[in-house]
Amino acid sequence: MTTLRNFSRFITDTLRMITTGGPVYYAWVAFLLLLIAFGTNAYIGQVQNGLIVTNMRDQVSWGFYIGNFTFLVGVAAAAIMLVIPAYIYDWEPIKEITILGEMLAISALVMCLGFVMVDIGRPDRFWHIMPLVGRLNWPQSMLAWDVLVLNAYLVLNYFVVTYLLYCAYTERHYVKKLVTPLVLLSIPMAVSIHTCTAYLYNGLASRPFWNSAILAPRFLASAFCSGPAILLILLQILRKTTKLSIKDEAIFKIAELMAYTMGFNLFLTAAESFKELYSGTEHMVYFEYLLFGLKGHNTLVPYAWASIICGAIAFILFLVPKTRTNWVTLNIGCVLIYASVYIEKGMGLIIPGLTPDALGEIYVYTPSITEISVAAGIFALGFLVFTLMLKAAVPMMLGEFTISRGRKGAQAAKPEGHG
Amino acid sequence: MMDQDACQPTPGAPCPSGENNGRREFLGAAVAAVATALTGCGKLSKEEFLQHNFRELSKEEVLTVIERLEKEYKEKFGKEVKVANTPALPGVMFGYALDLSRCIGCRRCVHACVKENNQSRDPEIQWIRVLELEKEEGVNLQHAEHYYNPDEVPREGHFYMPVQCQQCKKPPCVKVCPVGATWREKDGIVVVDYNWCIGCRYCMAACPYGARHFNWGDPQIPSKDVNPETHYLGNRPRAKGVVEKCTFCVQRTRQGKYPACLEVCPTGSRKFGNLLDKESEIRYILENKRVFKLKEELNTQPNFFYFYGV
Amino acid sequence: MTQPLRLSILPGLAACLLALAGSAVSAEEHKKPHAATVQVPKDQVQVPKPPFSEGIFPCSQCHDPKSMAPNTKRRELKDMHTDISLHHGPDTRWCLDCHDAYNRDNLHLANGKLVSFNTSYQLCGQCHGDKLRDWRVGIHGKRTGSWNGAKQYLLCVHCHNPHSPHFKSLKPMPPPARPEAIQIKNGGAK
Repeated sequence: MTTLRNFSRFITDTLRMITTGGPVYYAWVAFLLLLIAFGTNAYIGQVQNGLIVTNMRDQVSWGFYIGNFTFLVGVAAAAIMLVIPAYIYDWEPIKEITILGEMLAISALVMCLGFVMVDIGRPDRFWHIMPLVGRLNWPQSMLAWDVLVLNAYLVLNYFVVTYLLYCAYTERHYVKKLVTPLVLLSIPMAVSIHTCTAYLYNGLASRPFWNSAILAPRFLASAFCSGPAILLILLQILRKTTKLSIKDEAIFKIAELMAYTMGFNLFLTAAESFKELYSGTEHMVYFEYLLFGLKGHNTLVPYAWASIICGAIAFILFLVPKTRTNWVTLNIGCVLIYASVYIEKGMGLIIPGLTPDALGEIYVYTPSITEISVAAGIFALGFLVFTLMLKAAVPMMLGEFTISRGRKGAQAAKPEGHG
Repeated sequence: MMDQDACQPTPGAPCPSGENNGRREFLGAAVAAVATALTGCGKLSKEEFLQHNFRELSKEEVLTVIERLEKEYKEKFGKEVKVANTPALPGVMFGYALDLSRCIGCRRCVHACVKENNQSRDPEIQWIRVLELEKEEGVNLQHAEHYYNPDEVPREGHFYMPVQCQQCKKPPCVKVCPVGATWREKDGIVVVDYNWCIGCRYCMAACPYGARHFNWGDPQIPSKDVNPETHYLGNRPRAKGVVEKCTFCVQRTRQGKYPACLEVCPTGSRKFGNLLDKESEIRYILENKRVFKLKEELNTQPNFFYFYGV
Repeated sequence: MTQPLRLSILPGLAACLLALAGSAVSAEEHKKPHAATVQVPKDQVQVPKPPFSEGIFPCSQCHDPKSMAPNTKRRELKDMHTDISLHHGPDTRWCLDCHDAYNRDNLHLANGKLVSFNTSYQLCGQCHGDKLRDWRVGIHGKRTGSWNGAKQYLLCVHCHNPHSPHFKSLKPMPPPARPEAIQIKNGGAK
């Protein structure tokens, strides 16, 4: 009964925590809510009129929504870039902040689910994909696998985060025997979510651009080198704005690991490009469209080269210790690699896979205003989830906000006691 | 002390509600409610919402569904629309052959199909796509012209290849559908349950022939143009947000008739029949003509064959 | 999840029987290109009447061997039938290679055997044997009907003008809408 009461207090206090803050906090949350409203409005138009309000058509049947989905699965998987050094190598500086990576994963997964919801033609039939209730075509369909592993990863991270915070809140040590195996489990699970997503594309013989053996390794490499970039920037912000102590070496270590994955990512990209361009079969048309333009259509070319160049510069900045440990160049590198992988996963993956289409037709797809608006709303939702989690979690991690101490600096609530 | 949310009584176990569960639940419920309310512009009935995959329905349930659909179609189009549920004829495996030496690219098949199968006129959906190819290049899809519109066909130096669903024996679309809304029937026709499809369009990415088409908007058919003889898995009017494709005119072929595209073809380039019947014209073609399959290396094993009659 | 086998056989059998029985009826319901078919002996193919021009048949109305002696000299016709332009094979081909000089209501084969206009495919098949062979099994040319029942053939001449047999070009029906052109109507979905 005590646990029940404590947990309910945990929730009520958390709710109170996230609904009070300074002017910056309110302004930020208001801005995000505004974006969400804006996106919802656009989405309502899409539900009423159908997906015709997007620019997707039969020839390019997946676009901005699925591109964002793919990128965000990578971001979610990247949480383990913190877990591996923390738990496998038992490195204390990172161990304390692993929970931040997991919270990022949760936010990213919320956005992933959001993008899938807005992309399907019949959102009212979403229940069809649930096992037992609906009919999940498992194991044939890779999408069925993806549904299962993404939700499992979400539940796992959610549980670990809630448990760790609850323990911090109730001033108890978390049970290592419970948490460590789960956190270690999250490593293969993170690999599995991005592998399943990669296999979604990989398994389609109809799209030679995707039907390449190194697609899954490429996905993982690009995920691990871009996802932590957000974390690095976030950690620096948190260090400045809260009392959370994050050692420099933790940040630099993550950056170093990212450098290796960036290098690997560049190598895999080069390998893929070599195979297509050197053997020069007809399957080259997709690469041609992406990198050089095809039959006068070269919308993607500047983005493709920007992605490659940004990725290469970021790699150098992260590899060279001098630039890796310089805050200016480090942050520039973070932005560059994030942009590079974002372009690569969206424009550089989905569009060339579908252009030219199965019968050789080229339809130049660019997202419509509705798609951009809805995507902005979903990103805002993810940011909001992350913000709210941080708002409650950071004080708990610092020990400022517990069941006995209440909210630091807040109005005195009812006297709280243990038991 | 008020319990904001009831939790599982097991100590240490996670409660599904988290620190921001309240907000997230509200958002989720709001979105779901909006989606449900607005899909179909409020015309989504409870029965349609709860209807299960066609393959899981009992015979009585199927009849109920058909009754409901016929009523809905009558209300929408103001005429009697019959929805049949003819099963596959036993001992039948449909095959289709197309004579590339005879097709002149007149597109009469495309439009006959549109009329027979109640395809949306606006936004336009066409299940058959005729490609104009160069005789020099042969069957090379990278050199195909989709939008040819000369005064007369066939054009000098060109030949024509209509592409529609190949009703593959190993259909990639069936493999990838996450909800099992598309499957291959016993007579070889790959069908879609329009009331189960969630519109994720994975099947469209998987199809190597560009044969599957999506209802991006609300399909519009003038009432007078609606073909009232329909099949549940074939040409009954669809809604927005679902995938559709050629079904070898299942509403016709399961009653012994030829598909509409074959009947209208002026040059007799289209041949159709039962692959299991030794005397059928389709078997004759396979045994006597030079037959090839489109994108054969993908091993989809289509039941649609191209041949050269001369 | 799957229907019991026996339940699927019964309606299947019934449908099969009905299809076979009704195929003759349904064949009639299809739009036939021409009116009544011609009754022919068993080894021959049932086909519609030949597409004669108005009033041209029977030829013996004018070409009575008693009143009009046939002129078998190869020449270009100047007095009658000038509307017919002959583009069939080599330049040396002319009318009486196919039309029988003494039985104008018939055609004739190379060995002199008479061929009725109702079975003119026999004449075409003399030179175009591979086409005739394919046509008989329904591969060459348009053949409608039921895939599991009665079929409806056409004569060669229903599609190929025997005097100028090259299949005429047609005006194609409109091309599909380009994907960019598929947009929502102004003012809303409906």
